[in-house]
Amino acid sequence: MTLALAYWMETSIKLAVTLVVIPTTSLILVYLFLFKMMAFMQSRLGPMETGPHGTLQLIAEAIKFLQKEDIHPDNADKHVFALAPIVVLMSTFLLYVVLPAGPDLIVEDLDTGVFYAMAVSSLSALGVLMAGWASANKYALLGGLRAAGQLIAYELPLVLAVVGVAIQAETLSLQGIVHAQANWEIFGIASGMPFIFTQFLAFLIFMISAQAELTQTPFDMPVAETELVGGFHIEYTGFRFLLFFMAEFGTAFAFASIGAVIFLGGWSLPFVDPTANWLNIVGPGVMLAKILFLTFLIFWVRFTYPRLREDQLQKFAWKVLIPLSLVNIVVTGVFKVAF
Amino acid sequence: MTATSDHQQISYIAGQAADARVNVELLTGDMTLNIGPQHPATHGTLRIAAQLDGELVIKADPIMGYMHRGYEKLVEVRTYPQVTTLVNRIDWMGSFANEVPFILAAEQLMGVEAPPRAQWIRTVLFELSRIANVALFLGDMGVQLGALTPVFFAFRDRERVLNQIEAITGGRFHPNFDRIGGLKDDIPKGWIEETKDCMNKMRTFCDEMDDLLVGNEVFQARCRGVGVIPKDVALGYGLSGANLRASGVDWDLRRDVASPLVYDQVDWKVWTHPDGDSFARYWVRLQEVRESTHIVDQLLDGIPSGPIMAKVPRIIKVPEGEAYISTENPLGEMGYYIVSKGDLGPFRVKIRTPSFNNISIVPWVMRGVFVPDVITILGSLYFILGDIDR
Repeated sequence: MTLALAYWMETSIKLAVTLVVIPTTSLILVYLFLFKMMAFMQSRLGPMETGPHGTLQLIAEAIKFLQKEDIHPDNADKHVFALAPIVVLMSTFLLYVVLPAGPDLIVEDLDTGVFYAMAVSSLSALGVLMAGWASANKYALLGGLRAAGQLIAYELPLVLAVVGVAIQAETLSLQGIVHAQANWEIFGIASGMPFIFTQFLAFLIFMISAQAELTQTPFDMPVAETELVGGFHIEYTGFRFLLFFMAEFGTAFAFASIGAVIFLGGWSLPFVDPTANWLNIVGPGVMLAKILFLTFLIFWVRFTYPRLREDQLQKFAWKVLIPLSLVNIVVTGVFKVAF
Repeated sequence: MTATSDHQQISYIAGQAADARVNVELLTGDMTLNIGPQHPATHGTLRIAAQLDGELVIKADPIMGYMHRGYEKLVEVRTYPQVTTLVNRIDWMGSFANEVPFILAAEQLMGVEAPPRAQWIRTVLFELSRIANVALFLGDMGVQLGALTPVFFAFRDRERVLNQIEAITGGRFHPNFDRIGGLKDDIPKGWIEETKDCMNKMRTFCDEMDDLLVGNEVFQARCRGVGVIPKDVALGYGLSGANLRASGVDWDLRRDVASPLVYDQVDWKVWTHPDGDSFARYWVRLQEVRESTHIVDQLLDGIPSGPIMAKVPRIIKVPEGEAYISTENPLGEMGYYIVSKGDLGPFRVKIRTPSFNNISIVPWVMRGVFVPDVITILGSLYFILGDIDR
């Protein structure tokens, strides 16, 4: 990068972009998938009145949430109750730090990028537990405990799935993983094929675990509308609920971005030199297309499947996903050493 | 030891009491969770006071009566033709079916018989209300388990059946169409073809539910082996309808009881399932909707010509006597015991509703299950609140 900026300028630009990107991405996901795709799957039209094809519906919703009274339950632990949605949203914000959108478009290219992303994503479990406990509501408590158990159980296969990619890419930096895929040679030919071809098992495990981390159906027991009536966010209204809502979709976007980076090649294109400067312009678009594809998969499953039971979910994580991801690591390691 | 039995006593009382004291926290750390009266899974105002140990349900008591409307008493101050308006609102999903046993009982007391054409159309409407009722269950079960899509298909296709009911009766939810001695109106022109088309669509809907839920691994994992009701227990608690047939009891009032309704004229089958779990209850209902569409198709081909109303006096007075008629309604056995003293209205009517008995098994079946299973079992028992509390 030839353009040299002062540290404070660079930082404030990055901060501003991130602050705009997170709400915008959640808006895109909510409109595209929650409003429109879900409606079309269910032979409905979805919102149609506010703006062309209901595009302004979300703005109306946001204004509605902002107008609502901020209610605390009487017995709630007020400070924890107020802090919980911020903790959850903070974990989402921190995820965006390491997500690359182009050769130079990244907030901070950490050497341990993947590790960092996995670590901060599990912070949300803390916020959810805080919300569940502080709400002084039995449904919220059950939801919070379920969420904590689930997020911890699925953190493991998620990390182990990523380990296979890290072994193949020989780096933990997300930018490094993109470059590794772009420069990946098969039989001496520079192909730039994404890792999904060699790490398909890891990709599946990653997507399933991400589904659980995001508490989307079939792993949505922490919120389970018909059972716990919203679970940990049952007592939240107005702006605080909006924070939870934004965090949910912002995290969905962030996880899809991580998936797109480590399995689909991120902002890089096959047979294209990853150092080309024009990728800084095209890269975000390429990245967005891959992210939308992955979020489409996440929401497709969400609107189709019923939810599992808590014990079935734990069994699935410990008895199926974790052994499979360990096998994947062993196989990847053997191939890495052999070739 | 005394402490334990004291505690058991306390929890028993706390579970039984239908007041706010149920909410008190007990000493051992067991948690009392009130599922309802306002809870999406109870689709109405049923309350389940559940004693939880973690997520394990130790004891669950259904507390009903939040929607009691006193129909048995109200009926006593109505004339016979006015009663159908009231009983429409008992099982509001298949309201026409509520009228039929009452009218049949009144006809039996009066010695009136509706003409064949009226009986055939009555049977068609009876089956249509069964389809409208159970189709919603087929989708709603998905929602209870977290699958959002099936219920929208159910609403979409149930709308077609409601349109057919509306076309003939003029009412979508509360037809108030059955009369002593026949029906209010004849079927409109073109109705038979439209209904056949609608039945085809309902069969497609059943296939969709087969694909979306019955064949779904997650659905099976949630339903198979959950809420198993053995044959003898089901009979002992007086379950009826699909809940009983799902426990392997081959019992259907449409076939087993001689009735003016013309089920003996068509070729159909009673579906049973040996398992008695939530999946069996879903599966049996799915097959029954399919079977009902075939029954309707056959009936539509054979509707005889003739009048739709027998000769009855303008002011209906039912002679002194008692009669009990029950029919196989969408939810199970529904019956009216009418005591007449020869007046314009009944002296006393006892309404036997299926949901009341079906829900009475909840304390038995909800021991040692997890909280999510409570929802599965409630969903699969399929009750309508108006049918419990009438």
